[in-house]
Amino acid sequence: MIHNRTVIEARPAPTHTIGPVAWLRANLFSGPINTILSLAAIYLLVSLLVPTIQWAFIDADWVGTSRDDCSREGACWVFINARIGQFIYGLYPRHEIWRVNVTFGLFAVLIAWLAIPRLPLKRWVAVATLVVFPFVAFALLYGGRFGLPVVETHRWGGLMLTLVLAVVGMVAALPIGTLLALGRRSKMPIVKSFSVIFIEFWRGVPLITVLFMASVMLPLFLPTGMNVDRLVRALIGITLFQSAYMAEVIRGGLQAIPRGQEEAAAALGMGYWKRMGLIVLPQALKMMIPGIVNTFISLFKDTTLVMIIGLFDLLGIVQAALSDSRWLGFSVEGYAFAALVFWIFCFSMSRYSQYLERKLHTGHKR
Amino acid sequence: MSHKNNKFALLTAATGLALATTAAAQAATLEDTRAQGVVQCGVSDGLPGFSSPNDQGEWQGIDVDVCRAVAAAVFGDSEAVRYVPLNAVERFTALQSGEVDVLSRNTTWTTTRDTTLGLNFTGVTFYDGIGFLVNKDLGLSSAKELDGAAICVQAGTTTELNVADYFRANGMQFDPIVFDTSEQTVGGFQAGRCDVLTSDTSQLAALRIQLENPDSAVVLPEVISKEPLGPVVRQGDDQWFNIVKWSLFAMLNAEEMGISSDNVDDMLSSDNPDIARLLGQDGNYGEAMGLEADWAYNIISQVGNYGQVFDRNVGMDSPLQIERGINELWTNGGIHYAPPVR
Repeated sequence: MIHNRTVIEARPAPTHTIGPVAWLRANLFSGPINTILSLAAIYLLVSLLVPTIQWAFIDADWVGTSRDDCSREGACWVFINARIGQFIYGLYPRHEIWRVNVTFGLFAVLIAWLAIPRLPLKRWVAVATLVVFPFVAFALLYGGRFGLPVVETHRWGGLMLTLVLAVVGMVAALPIGTLLALGRRSKMPIVKSFSVIFIEFWRGVPLITVLFMASVMLPLFLPTGMNVDRLVRALIGITLFQSAYMAEVIRGGLQAIPRGQEEAAAALGMGYWKRMGLIVLPQALKMMIPGIVNTFISLFKDTTLVMIIGLFDLLGIVQAALSDSRWLGFSVEGYAFAALVFWIFCFSMSRYSQYLERKLHTGHKR
Repeated sequence: MSHKNNKFALLTAATGLALATTAAAQAATLEDTRAQGVVQCGVSDGLPGFSSPNDQGEWQGIDVDVCRAVAAAVFGDSEAVRYVPLNAVERFTALQSGEVDVLSRNTTWTTTRDTTLGLNFTGVTFYDGIGFLVNKDLGLSSAKELDGAAICVQAGTTTELNVADYFRANGMQFDPIVFDTSEQTVGGFQAGRCDVLTSDTSQLAALRIQLENPDSAVVLPEVISKEPLGPVVRQGDDQWFNIVKWSLFAMLNAEEMGISSDNVDDMLSSDNPDIARLLGQDGNYGEAMGLEADWAYNIISQVGNYGQVFDRNVGMDSPLQIERGINELWTNGGIHYAPPVR
């Protein structure tokens, strides 16, 4: 009796629920207030974006060698073009630049190896990165070994110097910060009070003060004729400063691990370092990723402060270039370029940390 | 130079003075410099025409050329310099602690700096002072006509105080419009917020270039304060003091005698006894300073005479187009006057 078994063909969804019009209606114009807000936002966006694009692309000058090649109606990217080598390598001698390229190429390969999960031999690569690479990098960048001519640190600059400061600061601050965090939670009075005093002192002074002390006061206390390199002074200052911040981020993570974890590990007969290294820290570090990356990003941007002690980091070399009498008046272009480079680096770090969080996600996330 | 951080600079420098005097007592800078192979020279971390890195990454400017002249005198090689970029705060510490041996960083010669800081100024490379930039359309020819003007000035500099003094002294009123940075000051002037832009004359030229139409503005002839800028060395080493002092004098004397980097080789055979003495053809005046007889020849052939240095970096051959004015030689109506080589 049942004949009516023909299946009705699937039909597309009604036009008012799909497609761009429906999306607009649902998300931007779902009511009078939202419509007004959306229109206002669109107006603001357009009135900002149009002149920016006009300035940065349409009216901009791209080719040339001097300021005469710029019409001054739009951006003068000729300035960036002419100086790009200096912005990246600072005053590093032109024919020695390959050493910087090799160093950072090597570093990129090592980091990529550690960052991509599929590649093998992680442990050895990690050891190479942390133990061998710093010496190789120093030998390459500074020279004086293997027949390489010495390039003194006052010629380092630009993006290269920014990266050196940031990478050394990050790599050194993480282990020191971990030790300080463990020390602060320790029950041993000397270890604990040292950690507390160290952290509270370095967190209590602004980085700019630390750098000023390192560059203005320190030379007067040292014996005559003894000069600590200014880059080394800045590196030590930044590392100590960041370690204190890192310690507090890590302590926050450690406190989030239930006490039972450590007690269970102790019940299995593990000593202090095994309990920390195998049970507590792996769980804690995973949860601390946003905090650690936050500290890294702020460290990366804080490196610009070395400008005040006469080191030309990326921003410093841009400012120095702005004072060349042949290129006066291109500060907007210079700062826009510096901002873009900083944004690219910080955004990449942020994206990688999000990826890492997803990868290590094992159910703790709420 | 009028700098925001002047007071702080003095303070920090004075704090370290007790320690610095021990450092200052070190003599034999020349031997140390010879051993190092380079002259350690402190320069500004970026000031148009005075010191800034060019497209090739080489330092250039009038302050930089003083460093090069000293290197040419000591080593016969004007490239044997280690430039240390310094900001206004750390410049004196760097000199006192021996990080640099010559400070050639647009530093104004004042009593305090010359005496209590334990430093010695060796001469004047540039006579600077506060000047006024006005819109050409106003048709002004003198600062005395500025009564009631709105003046754009950078906050926290001594410029602000000097301008107030000048207007009070001349019984005039003015309306200060204060900006934080020099770029904002230019912007304010351009937007018509003020009739007059004031700063050191060396900087006015650089500010003028940043206007959309640089020809629309002129610099008034009056200079209302004394800012003699010169190289500085530590007290306690007279030999080194003499070397830096006479490196500058050699360039001034060369200009006065008409010797330039182009004709210095021809001048070697000159009959003029002044020229022969300066270039080391008659007697050895370098010996008393611990230098070779051709010390001045090396300076002139590699760096040039004072006029060349001025024109190349801040004068008519540079984008800054600063008039020689008071920086002319005494023979041309200026006040640069170098003692004779004898």
